[in-house]
Amino acid sequence: MKKRSLIPILYIAFLMLPIYWLVAMSFKTTNEILSGFSLFPQTFTLDNYKVIFTDPSWYWGYINSIIYVSMNTVISVAVALPAAYAFSRYRFLGDKQLFLWLLTNRMAPAAVFALPFFQLYSSVGLFDTHIAVALAHCLFNIPLAVWILEGFMGGVPKELDETAYVDGYSFPRFFIVIFLPTIKAGVGVAAFFCFMFSWVELLLAKTLTAVQAKPIAAEMTKTASSAGYELGLLAAAGTLTIIPGAIVIYFVRNYIAKGFALGRV
Amino acid sequence: MKTENQKAWFFVLPVLFLVAFNALVPIMTVVNYSVQETFGNNVFFWQGLDWFEQILRSDRFQAALGRQFLFTFLILIIEIPLGIIIALSMPKKGMWVPVCLVLMALPMLIPWNVVGAMWNIFTLPKIGLLGYFMNDVLGIAYDMTQNPFAAWVTIIVMDVWHWTSLVVLLSYAGLVSIPDAYYQAAKIDGASPWKVFRYIQLPKMKTVLTIAILLRFMDSFNIYTEPFVLTGGGPGNSTTLLSIDLVKIALGQFDLGPAAAMSLIYFAITLLVSWLFYTLMTKDDAQ
Repeated sequence: MKKRSLIPILYIAFLMLPIYWLVAMSFKTTNEILSGFSLFPQTFTLDNYKVIFTDPSWYWGYINSIIYVSMNTVISVAVALPAAYAFSRYRFLGDKQLFLWLLTNRMAPAAVFALPFFQLYSSVGLFDTHIAVALAHCLFNIPLAVWILEGFMGGVPKELDETAYVDGYSFPRFFIVIFLPTIKAGVGVAAFFCFMFSWVELLLAKTLTAVQAKPIAAEMTKTASSAGYELGLLAAAGTLTIIPGAIVIYFVRNYIAKGFALGRV
Repeated sequence: MKTENQKAWFFVLPVLFLVAFNALVPIMTVVNYSVQETFGNNVFFWQGLDWFEQILRSDRFQAALGRQFLFTFLILIIEIPLGIIIALSMPKKGMWVPVCLVLMALPMLIPWNVVGAMWNIFTLPKIGLLGYFMNDVLGIAYDMTQNPFAAWVTIIVMDVWHWTSLVVLLSYAGLVSIPDAYYQAAKIDGASPWKVFRYIQLPKMKTVLTIAILLRFMDSFNIYTEPFVLTGGGPGNSTTLLSIDLVKIALGQFDLGPAAAMSLIYFAITLLVSWLFYTLMTKDDAQ
């Protein structure tokens, strides 16, 4: 049994090495980074973080990202809930085809959509707004949310619905008071995956924004151009992008593995 | 049993509207570009299927497609077995399980360009931990900006680092759903570990593995940001995968017609291969 646990330990060590390096780098001065190799920061400095927290163009990048990611998560889960219910409970004309078509959108390469998305959102006057990115990310997040939620709802026996109707519940009241609490793990998992894929996506987010809604990930490219190559600053900005993900994942740690396991193929 | 109810369409409408807005309008724009030629000023000429023919025949596209298939093949052949092995060796319960899961999921929650930048910093010769270790401790010449082989190894290792956890999480979810009684029965029958894996664990993991393989196929086939940030497609064109090439043509050279034709061919290949995987992996269920 002991020998077996070596594999996960080694794997986690492998995962942590590049992350450690990023974090270590963020506490070094540019001079120390460029002057040679050091395993730990020799002159520990918080200057890189100070730059980010005092320069509005930096910290607004974080706020922008968090705004559109939250919007996307709320929209995706809110519209996916009734749709997933319809798919899991009813047969209707074209239901299977519709479900498959939804999933094909998960397969579209973002690179294919970059330019048309720019034109579409410019033409409806939403270019460089948070809602544009939030709506664009719906392309791949809604199908995913429908898929996960449908799996969870399929596991709830239909008798629950019928008993509630016999007891005189109206549909909206049944859905909110009885059904939602039953599948709250599913809602958590769906929200987690929507947050994750919206948070990590950059190509579309960058294409659809210029100044007002520019995401942090796009903001980072300027470290390469402005004053040489500020590796320490880049590392600090990168380190800060890991934190929201780490917080979210902590909340769903017990459900995350279940998320896809219950989805149907 | 599901009941027939056409009113269920009303529940689906918001999803249909939002996804269609994002999917149909852009794809029609792409189709529109793919059959026309423009010399600027919004003047377009009918081009028919010429772009498609030109793209399919071009060495550049075939080379990028070849690299893309090689990349995706290597990713699947490494990440799927590795993910299964790690999931099998994880503890089934106890306080370490959530710790493992959180740490393992962490790479998946890092923005993709940060992943690229992080690996860039990690592999820099002299400065990066890996670059220093390879060059100055082991004495192996390692510089992915010069050596195509090193660049390939680096993007593969980066993707293994980034996404193997998805396979682990899914396989693990399948494994913990197996009741203890199955293992006890196998023990009484004196089944070898391999037999337990082959006849109990693998069938139980089948659904989640199908999802894992499909997702890993789609995402590795569409990969853009991480290798673009890490290698920029170089050295030379050695790591120019399909998406990187597409963006070069569309936004770099602004050749909208060929880029649009290439987009459609690209999307069609993704759909076709996904469908093949899906059919192959679920065909036993149908019988």
